Amino acid sequence: MADLIEKIKDSGLTGRGGAGFPTGKKWEAVKSTPGKKKFVIANGSEGEPAVGKDGWLLENYPEEIIAGIRLALETFKAQKAFIYLNKNYFEKYSENLKKIIRELPIEIFREPGGYLCGEETTLIESLENKRLEPRNKPPYPTEAGLENCPTLVNNLETFYAVAQIAKGEYKQERLYTISGDVSHPGVFELPENWPIEKILHKTLNWPIEDFFVQVGGGASGVILTMEELENKVTGSGAIVVYDRKKTDPGTLMKKWLDFYFQENCGKCVPCREGVYRLRELLKQEEINWELVKEVCLVLREASFCPLGKSVAAPLESLIMKVIKR
Amino acid sequence: MPRPFGARNDKNFMEKINIKIDGKEYSADSGQTILEVARENGIDVPSLCYHPDLQTRSTCRMCLVEIKGQKDLKTSCSTPVAENMEVLTESPRINRARKINLELIFAQHQEECPDCVWFFNCQLLKLAKRFGVKITRFPDRKIQRKITQCGPIVFDQTKCIDCRNCVDVCPVDFLSVENRGADISIENSQDEWKECIACGQCILHCPVGAIEGVGEFEEAQELGIKKKKMRVVQFAPAIRTSIGEEFDLKPGEIVTGQLVAALRKLGFDKVFDTSVGADFTTFEEAGELLERLKSGKNLPAFSSCCPSWVKFVEFYYPEFVPNLCTSRSPQTMLGGVIKNYWAQKEGFKPEDIEVVSVMPCVAKKYEIKREEMKINGLFPVDKVLTTREIAYLIKKNKIDLKNIAAGEADDPFGMPSGAGVIYGASGGVFESALRTVYFKATGKNPAGDEFKRVRGQEGIKINEITIGDKIIKSVVVNGIRNARKMLEELKKNPQAFQAMEVMACPGGCIGGGGQPVPTNSQLRKKRAAALYDIDAKKEFRCAHENPALQKVYKEFFVSEEIIRPILHTSYAPKKKSAIMTLKNSKETR
Repeated sequence: MADLIEKIKDSGLTGRGGAGFPTGKKWEAVKSTPGKKKFVIANGSEGEPAVGKDGWLLENYPEEIIAGIRLALETFKAQKAFIYLNKNYFEKYSENLKKIIRELPIEIFREPGGYLCGEETTLIESLENKRLEPRNKPPYPTEAGLENCPTLVNNLETFYAVAQIAKGEYKQERLYTISGDVSHPGVFELPENWPIEKILHKTLNWPIEDFFVQVGGGASGVILTMEELENKVTGSGAIVVYDRKKTDPGTLMKKWLDFYFQENCGKCVPCREGVYRLRELLKQEEINWELVKEVCLVLREASFCPLGKSVAAPLESLIMKVIKR
Repeated sequence: MPRPFGARNDKNFMEKINIKIDGKEYSADSGQTILEVARENGIDVPSLCYHPDLQTRSTCRMCLVEIKGQKDLKTSCSTPVAENMEVLTESPRINRARKINLELIFAQHQEECPDCVWFFNCQLLKLAKRFGVKITRFPDRKIQRKITQCGPIVFDQTKCIDCRNCVDVCPVDFLSVENRGADISIENSQDEWKECIACGQCILHCPVGAIEGVGEFEEAQELGIKKKKMRVVQFAPAIRTSIGEEFDLKPGEIVTGQLVAALRKLGFDKVFDTSVGADFTTFEEAGELLERLKSGKNLPAFSSCCPSWVKFVEFYYPEFVPNLCTSRSPQTMLGGVIKNYWAQKEGFKPEDIEVVSVMPCVAKKYEIKREEMKINGLFPVDKVLTTREIAYLIKKNKIDLKNIAAGEADDPFGMPSGAGVIYGASGGVFESALRTVYFKATGKNPAGDEFKRVRGQEGIKINEITIGDKIIKSVVVNGIRNARKMLEELKKNPQAFQAMEVMACPGGCIGGGGQPVPTNSQLRKKRAAALYDIDAKKEFRCAHENPALQKVYKEFFVSEEIIRPILHTSYAPKKKSAIMTLKNSKETR
């Protein structure tokens, strides 16, 4: 057991929630930080549009998820673990999970809010019944998380991968959620280093017409053109395909911004004010693109948490590559 | 819970760290933040939501810096220093982000500069100039938001930038963050078990003047019209070492004489010193304390000079109302003496006299309107102006406080004892009382610094005081959160203390809600130290030694029947007061 962290490190596994932090390093931090109690949290908030891999795992491999959590509990001698699920997943999968959990100290927790709860510090605030907002980092959850104790927060898929690593069955694969204007949408398990082009071909999703993709997540993902498909998939593994003929960029931007406006906690200036202003600016008949770009800049540079920082990437890339402003 | 940064006093954190800021080497203590180290070394990193009194929240995003080797910009208020860290506090990248961020902040804040508490010292406008922002780049989005008044506090949501300093500083959690995203707002509590105690700390900690005392500053201007035959002004102990800051004097500079001269120039017929009122309070309160120690009734005795503390007890802990000393607070004490003793002597009817108080406090505006204050149907004080308001008036009338020839306050209430002056600092009320208790118990005056143990800025100071054969278990508290702790302690152990002084504001009145902005612990320390300097130089250190007081007691306060209604008041459990919605910030009630 002592060398599980080494094995994780050797595997090169990175967090599957989106931020891509090296999992071995995170585990090591929790392990080495002294604490009266330690906690393990499996994040199944999955609030990002066009991502469905955690749901797919809950449907198909719940035993593997629990196995991964169990390994973490044992590694840290942690008091308790939580499986943190959005409302849908909670309704759908709790019963089955409980049957697998049995006597293990694992609680299934129903997410009280929306997208932002998937951000690890907001998630912890919600477990502590506080206002649903991110905390300052440092201190990181690995040092002072739930109840101020060292806490491991990993995505469900990360625990799934850890279970495979422990069994020696990890194949450097990850889950891709493919959606949009494709013929075979769904979740696919394929090598993590494959370029987008190869993934689309392999899954029989290569579109014939003129298209662009959004990669990473259905709101926060960056826009890539047909010429950029040698790239790997980042973030939480989503690929959304947009048929150029059918897609109105203005509608698309409005959809993203409505989502960010809805999910905004209001804590920091750039995100609260910036998202509000972007929606207003894009309603204008003559759009002031320079100002839109400036607001994107402040969101990216100055926002408190990843939600605010991630507003800019899809907009900036869409404006540059598709709208060409 | 975020880890407390800036934990400089924590011994575990006292390791030295070398960092580079803007290319220069600095030594810092581990546990300090980049912002703290930068500001300590005179580097002006901009920030609006940072306040050294509060836990870091990093909501305004103005203090962004670049750290070598890190991709993202970081808020310097929340980032601890690390060995060999290299920080840039200015760069084209940082300034671009700050500029647009500031424009977004301005779009939340409806400017109404001429009567803002920050008018002479506005951080927003300073930053606007520094970063070349166009303050009207976006239309104000909060014009339709509401303005509310609760007691003497006016909250203007059209100016609020949602930084939450007020929420965090409020000692009774009366303010809260409601809603989410762009709809977020700071609201007064509708909870019938929560009440604003009017301490005004929210005003001091609001970076943009969204909260102000009632009448600030419109009402101050009405002073131009004299309504009664005789207009008297009195000024509180804590003003004399703080108002100088409004005129670019060093913090803690003693300006008693200049203040008197300026008040006279503003047209007041008489200028009296509230510290003389404090001597009366001390004399009465010392008597009460001794009596209660003897009878064992209503112990511990609570100080009652601080109207926020009194209201806190009346609303949140009504079971302790009998513990409050009935001796009036200095301003209503002196008001009563003026309108009764002095009026008679000078041949005025009490109703011919208008008494104006200059106070470091917003709650004093509420105190003078308490029905319990009336003497023969008349309020002893007619109007309260804060330190900020009187400074505003002095500036508006182009009086040069810095260079004006010092004056002397008028007889017979112009010369306080040292005890009357230290009322402005936490521990001062109790120390003054002890000096007189000592005299009453032993027939001798104590050495001037006999009870200096009760001084200082710490929130809770527990001491056993020996006077003759008496041991008084005492606690001196500043800050209502600390007071709550002590009351909870008393609920468990009623014998824990026999005397308890409480001031709602940090450090006592020198940190009061009516004091100049900004206020922080460094300034509070200096303001308090100066009060003790005045005390140390006084010929009379004890209230009972004050010849003016002795004369008034001899001539006028010859029996309990005369003393009771004029020098004492009463308290009773209180209900929640109304929260009013105003049309505009001038329409206060």
